[in-house]
Amino acid sequence: MIIKLNGENYEIPYICSIEELLIKLNIAKNGVAVEVNLNIIKKISYNTFMLNEGDSVEIVNFVGGG
Amino acid sequence: MQDILEIAGIQFKSRLWVGTGKYKDFDETARAIEASGADVVTVAVRRVNIINRKEPNLLDYIDPKKYKILPNTAGCYTVEDALRYSRLAREAGVSDMVKLEVIGDDKTLFPDVCGLLKATEILAKEGFKVFPYSTDDPIIARRLVDAGAVAVMPLGAPIGSGLGIRNPYNLKIILETIKIPIIVDAGVGTASDAAIAMELGADAALINTAIAGAKDPIMMAMAMKNAVIAGRLAFLSGRIPKKLYASASSPIEGMF
Repeated sequence: MIIKLNGENYEIPYICSIEELLIKLNIAKNGVAVEVNLNIIKKISYNTFMLNEGDSVEIVNFVGGG
Repeated sequence: MQDILEIAGIQFKSRLWVGTGKYKDFDETARAIEASGADVVTVAVRRVNIINRKEPNLLDYIDPKKYKILPNTAGCYTVEDALRYSRLAREAGVSDMVKLEVIGDDKTLFPDVCGLLKATEILAKEGFKVFPYSTDDPIIARRLVDAGAVAVMPLGAPIGSGLGIRNPYNLKIILETIKIPIIVDAGVGTASDAAIAMELGADAALINTAIAGAKDPIMMAMAMKNAVIAGRLAFLSGRIPKKLYASASSPIEGMF
């Protein structure tokens, strides 16, 4: 199944939750925010929110800025 | 002397606020912030690097328990983008403050004040503590207050320009007419610029490029720390009026 992850095509082997995706990517939940098809997903829903084929997922964090 | 800056119920220990952009690495960022004495730092919201997970994380170097994190919406040119970045920043979970930028032009990076006003209003209603990055226009400053900003951040000069406080008279009018805190943001090039902003009566100054871009950022951070303290004390102590002619400091009496 292909999703759009931070602007790039990304293959996940099976339908998975955001929580599973973050674990697979080795990304800690703290200090990140996740958006699916322009909707922000609350951290509390990460383990129940299942990703679907073609979903556009953005995972963001903080970087240096002024 | 107690001289605490309080904004929207939050107490700020330092009146120098610093950005975290343009440093050589996170280690230098952390050391410069430490040297500056700032307790609030700005950060930007960007995509996580998916490919390279070995890349260090900014928050590993700047402990959100020690520093107040002020996320910005730098790079946003529309109200929609500024709202999107603000909401993502809040969801990331370290702050409900946002340094709101709606940029109008990539050459000057001047704010699009119409968009800024609109975004401030929406985010304030959503419960954000909005710190809008604004032009040094006293009327816009007033409108931003009406829109629900908790502070206004007028520019001294374009971001990263180092031109200093280009319109002290406008800033003076803003400081006289606006009753919420004013943080001069952008334009400071060196320590005297920061002192001038504070002498005018600004509540704080936000500085990034002048520190990060200095040959020795750690030393410049210390210079800015002292300049902001000096400027603040000079403002509070009440400077002498400027006069055209001399007035002797030593007595005439006793001369021979």
